[in-house]
Amino acid sequence: MLKQIEGSLGIAEAVALCRPGAVCAYPISPQTHIVENLGKMVKTGKLQDCEFVNVESEFSAISVSIGASAGGVRAYTATASQGLLYMVEGVYNASGLGLPIVMTVASRAIGAPINIWNDHSDSLSQRDSGWLQLFCESNQDALDTHIMAFKIAEEVGLPVMVCMDGFVLTHAFERLDLPSQEQVDQFLPPYEPREFLDPKEPISMGGMVGPEAFTELRILQQRKMHKALPIIERVTKEYRELTGHHSGGLLDCYNCDNADVKLIIMGSTVGTAKDAVDELAKQGIKAGIISLKAFRPFPYEALRAAIGDTKNVVIVERHFSYGARGILYPEVERALRGTGAQIHTAVCGLGGRAILGSTIKDIVNYSLNNKFSSEMTWFDVDTKLINSYLKDTEGVTLPEGPLPEDVLMDTLQKVRA
Amino acid sequence: MLQIRLHGRGGQGVVTAAEMLSLAAFLEGHFAQAFPSFGSERTGAPVVAYARIDDKEIRTHEPILEPNAVVVQDKTLLGAIDVFAGIDPQGFAIINSAEPAEVVVPDLVKKLPAGHVLTVPATDFAMQKIGRPLPGAPMLAALAAATGVFALESVQKSFQSRYPGKVGDANADTAALAYEYIMNLKNGGNNA
Repeated sequence: MLKQIEGSLGIAEAVALCRPGAVCAYPISPQTHIVENLGKMVKTGKLQDCEFVNVESEFSAISVSIGASAGGVRAYTATASQGLLYMVEGVYNASGLGLPIVMTVASRAIGAPINIWNDHSDSLSQRDSGWLQLFCESNQDALDTHIMAFKIAEEVGLPVMVCMDGFVLTHAFERLDLPSQEQVDQFLPPYEPREFLDPKEPISMGGMVGPEAFTELRILQQRKMHKALPIIERVTKEYRELTGHHSGGLLDCYNCDNADVKLIIMGSTVGTAKDAVDELAKQGIKAGIISLKAFRPFPYEALRAAIGDTKNVVIVERHFSYGARGILYPEVERALRGTGAQIHTAVCGLGGRAILGSTIKDIVNYSLNNKFSSEMTWFDVDTKLINSYLKDTEGVTLPEGPLPEDVLMDTLQKVRA
Repeated sequence: MLQIRLHGRGGQGVVTAAEMLSLAAFLEGHFAQAFPSFGSERTGAPVVAYARIDDKEIRTHEPILEPNAVVVQDKTLLGAIDVFAGIDPQGFAIINSAEPAEVVVPDLVKKLPAGHVLTVPATDFAMQKIGRPLPGAPMLAALAAATGVFALESVQKSFQSRYPGKVGDANADTAALAYEYIMNLKNGGNNA
């Protein structure tokens, strides 16, 4: 059914179609509208047989979700930024216990300095938490991915984080096509846990495991992640056949045939980039977009196939790892080992700075003109702002334009005595 | 693609207006998108919201830097912010004011084609029908009248579906007043 609604409401309606037994969350921007809407649906009876639990913190939200999931019901929660960080202990427990919780992360920067706007530093801080992490390029993609996420989580036996760009998607009013309840019921059977907590037949979950078996449990967890790759592909195929929506998947290619440069992007920037490369194509510049959907598990083989024999690869990253490099970079480098592809990271869009079509075009031209001098380069930098600080404190300045990391490091040699 | 930027102040329903604009376009079978410029929401602080209308899927999520139309819900912003930054030379501007456009924004009137810069006393209309200074519906109706891209009835329907009952109907009445006002202006009537 076509509706013109806010992304958050679309997600709430999609989650409701999955008939969760428990929804528990603590409000934090930009996720709040999702659970507010779910709360209303439970209250009005639109969403039945579902317990909506108000709690006092994100730590409780994930704890209640763990309890509900261990009790054998389909559980959903949502968070962002500092809220996700406050959950972390429970986040790791959920995956260690193999509980198929689905959680939306309405991606937002992490403070300090306090910032409520979008980037990917919150979701990627949980890279090693043992959750599947699926990124969404549009609200339609996000809506559909949530429905697929429950099925993937329950088949794999691990929780899934659905990562959608905060504000940019959550607060955008767009045309969304919601599948019918009959379609979702056909696609997603009722949750049948292999074991669950029942006071009448008590079992223990989450006992202490010592050095004699801890490694082996971790290996089995890794095996589940490997198992997840084909499950994501199969569930995506089923969902696409049922709805006709081209959502989900491990990754998606746009304009990639004979592209001279391919950009790897996660999230809502993909749409902006598609428009930008269409405009570049009119000037004879061939740039392709790879929308990376699955970040954990990482689709190394699919990415290698998607890059093919393209020699210029740029990863557009809305985050980086301090004292190291782009967070996606090492994964892409591993996927492309031995292909001879030149791989660079373009960092932009931090803390809500808009990634414009012009940003994407700048990155493409920078690559095709062989201007990348460092593995990592920041784009759309207000150099004057940095210089106003560095000039006074250390007597150095940076040149205008994109900022490669080697140029930033060079300034350390020039500091006045 | 038609790109519209809406300026106003917190509490005036700027974000709602952008959403209702996208809903009006949707009701007519267009693809539409609306989103706010996200910030700390405070009553009285300058607020910007965006809307796009197209006949194919809208993929971009960048803010609108070169609008085809600018809607200014609060005249006091004119001296404070460059609300018309990047406006299309063939674009439209609708300003909430009881004074003529030639008096309020003389430079812009010279810059854009004749009849593309219009004022409408949206707050006065809102006070008459809604009893509160909510100029969103009349501003959208004025935009509909000025551009012809979407119909008055769609603006009315969008507000009535969002606010069923008295509030939606009052918004619809306010929209009708603004629509007539601009049509009268365009046709060289009493308001001209």
